Amino acid sequence: MSEAAPEPEEPEGELPKSQEEVVLERIERFRRNRPRLRDDFINSAHGAGGKASAALIDAVFVKAFANEALAPLTDGAVLTLPSGERLAFSTDSSVVNPIRFPGGSIGHLAVHGTVNDVAMMGAVPAWVSAAFVLEDGFPVAELRGIVADMKEAAANAGVQVVTGDTKVVNKGSADGLYICTAGVGLIPADVHLDARSVRPGDRVLVSGTIGDHGVAVMLARGELGIEADIQSDTAPLGGLVAALLAAAPGTRWLRDPTRGGVATVCNELARDADLAIILDEVSLPVRPAVNGACEILGIDPLYVANEGKLVAVVPPEQAEAAVVALRGHPLGGDAAVIGEVRDDPPGMVVINTTFGGNRVVDMLAGDPLPRIC
Amino acid sequence: MRFVDEYRDPAAARRAVEEIGIVSGGEHRKFMEVCGGHTHTIYKHGIENVLPENVELVHGPGCPVCVIPMGRVDDAINLAEQPGVIFTSFGDMMRVPGSTSNLLEAKARGADVRMVYSPLDALRIAQANPDRQVVFFAIGFETTAPSTAITLLKAKEAGVTNFSVFCNHVTIVPPIKAILESPDLRLDGFIGPGHVSTVIGNRPYRFLPAQYGKPLVTAGFEPLDILQAILMLVRQLRDGRCEVENQYTRAVRDEGNVRALQILGQVFELRPHFEWRGLGFISHSGLKLSEAFADWDAELRFQVPGVRVADPKACQCGEVLKGVIKPWECKVFGTACTPETPIGTCMVSSEGACAAYYNYGRFTREAAASARIPVRSA
Repeated sequence: MSEAAPEPEEPEGELPKSQEEVVLERIERFRRNRPRLRDDFINSAHGAGGKASAALIDAVFVKAFANEALAPLTDGAVLTLPSGERLAFSTDSSVVNPIRFPGGSIGHLAVHGTVNDVAMMGAVPAWVSAAFVLEDGFPVAELRGIVADMKEAAANAGVQVVTGDTKVVNKGSADGLYICTAGVGLIPADVHLDARSVRPGDRVLVSGTIGDHGVAVMLARGELGIEADIQSDTAPLGGLVAALLAAAPGTRWLRDPTRGGVATVCNELARDADLAIILDEVSLPVRPAVNGACEILGIDPLYVANEGKLVAVVPPEQAEAAVVALRGHPLGGDAAVIGEVRDDPPGMVVINTTFGGNRVVDMLAGDPLPRIC
Repeated sequence: MRFVDEYRDPAAARRAVEEIGIVSGGEHRKFMEVCGGHTHTIYKHGIENVLPENVELVHGPGCPVCVIPMGRVDDAINLAEQPGVIFTSFGDMMRVPGSTSNLLEAKARGADVRMVYSPLDALRIAQANPDRQVVFFAIGFETTAPSTAITLLKAKEAGVTNFSVFCNHVTIVPPIKAILESPDLRLDGFIGPGHVSTVIGNRPYRFLPAQYGKPLVTAGFEPLDILQAILMLVRQLRDGRCEVENQYTRAVRDEGNVRALQILGQVFELRPHFEWRGLGFISHSGLKLSEAFADWDAELRFQVPGVRVADPKACQCGEVLKGVIKPWECKVFGTACTPETPIGTCMVSSEGACAAYYNYGRFTREAAASARIPVRSA
């Protein structure tokens, strides 16, 4: 190390910054700008939940619809009624291929996706709408089966499907069927979830094994020639949220790590709270079969979609109670503390690897693509 | 996970790091990992930040996506946009920029571009679509070339005539020589690409100690493999030895895979020269289909522009590929060139040095050390 005196403009007591540090700071400033939409045509990355999705949402949707309820860009909008009661309102489209996969179907997803988004706002989901886009020639028997799955999912979630719509498009204009749902629920008066309430020292929890849904669907497509007994985790999370909030009333923030996985929601939290999230790879609950499939495909389970898991931030003194409560629920058996909120480096997610090193965990860029060798 | 966790054991890693520190005796050592797979492992597991400060890793040219020049991407897009063509490619190539667009954009414009995991998938697509022309975008070193070769053998055997290969396979030894001839780089040794060696063995590297006086250790792809290879290199240097050694004994034999080499010889022949991104033309470094497989050569079946496109001025991929500069020393790194809007190829593939550094290593040793304070469970 050089003994040279600090540059005159450096504040006293601080070492001059290395060239690498200067570059890193410049990148960090640049990275904090919301991603800009540069594409002239939609491509699959715009739907992957990463940076390209964020750019599209900013440049097209937020620009056109800008309003106070939309602004936080969370899983759902929080609307205050004249009575003072707060309503959570969310919508979702299901376009999964194949429409049936181990552990569920597009019908389950359509209901769970929406009720979970409502539940993540701290609300108790109550009513759901369902709009169907059907391809000419789709078998009615199959539609009945999918609707039966929706009925079952709604019953498990404690919600009613109260309105709907049906459209049929020409053969080739849709892939079987698409389902769009919306849901509403009331937020209990004592529940206030907000990324800005997150503090350094808070713990980050996940309610169970990660990556199950995404890997189950990828393998169910049958294109990869990998066979493994992996089931989607699709499930309604309202009950789990209730158990968590009862045991850890100080819970600061909740998200369901669907598209883009745990890595993406942690990055959104780090950005919104302007704090660092330090994850611990050893503590991440991942099924061996999921881990194995991810290793083979060259993808990281942190970025793989879940449909029945939540990520929660709780104050340190309530972390243990929160884990116990989650584990006591049928959907939370593998719940674990996976990380901690810290001051530094702000806006970033870092993971300490099993091996003893660490790396940055960034937002997903592009569609998750497998490595080739 | 069995056969993986053993190679990521933190206690063994700590012992290896300690021993590297002792054996290297504080002397500054600079090693190049030739293979992009190693670069990926190094950043993904955070190896650089736990190594003693006197051991420096330099990232080499062995990322198959990174070395494809812009002109070849333009040719690929041109092929993809020809009427009736189904163009198949590994996922990594989809976002690599050509001079005006990439394959993903060509797909959005209406070209039938499909991502495959293996050339055999491309052949299956050809068999299922006999009225279409299916072209496979073949890239990679000796690691992926055998699977392309096998696919071509099967295509010939089954008489599949609507299938062809746009061949961009390259070989590993010529660029290593090119790097050693480069005057602006001083290296103490090489971490050899284990996957390439499963095919070509270790013998082709013997010129390194013999002609250039540099040791090479062929290594596997788990973090402990890399640490052990570094340890073997610093031991050689301490003992005054200079050899080709094999750390990856569980997969690599000295003579390589004789059957695979035979098939490669049957299906491919060396091009007189091939252009590498940032490195320019290197003689006898690229493969094309041999005379016997000329009927399956997309470059003969279709008209492709075949125009050489100069690398963008701002981009310093060449210097990064040669290990002359670190990714962050490139002028456009992280601002104009990011994984979402890559200018250079090194920013596209997860094995590219720039993408690996940007995605995984974008923090200082000090920040990394402070983050390693263990997470408290409750």
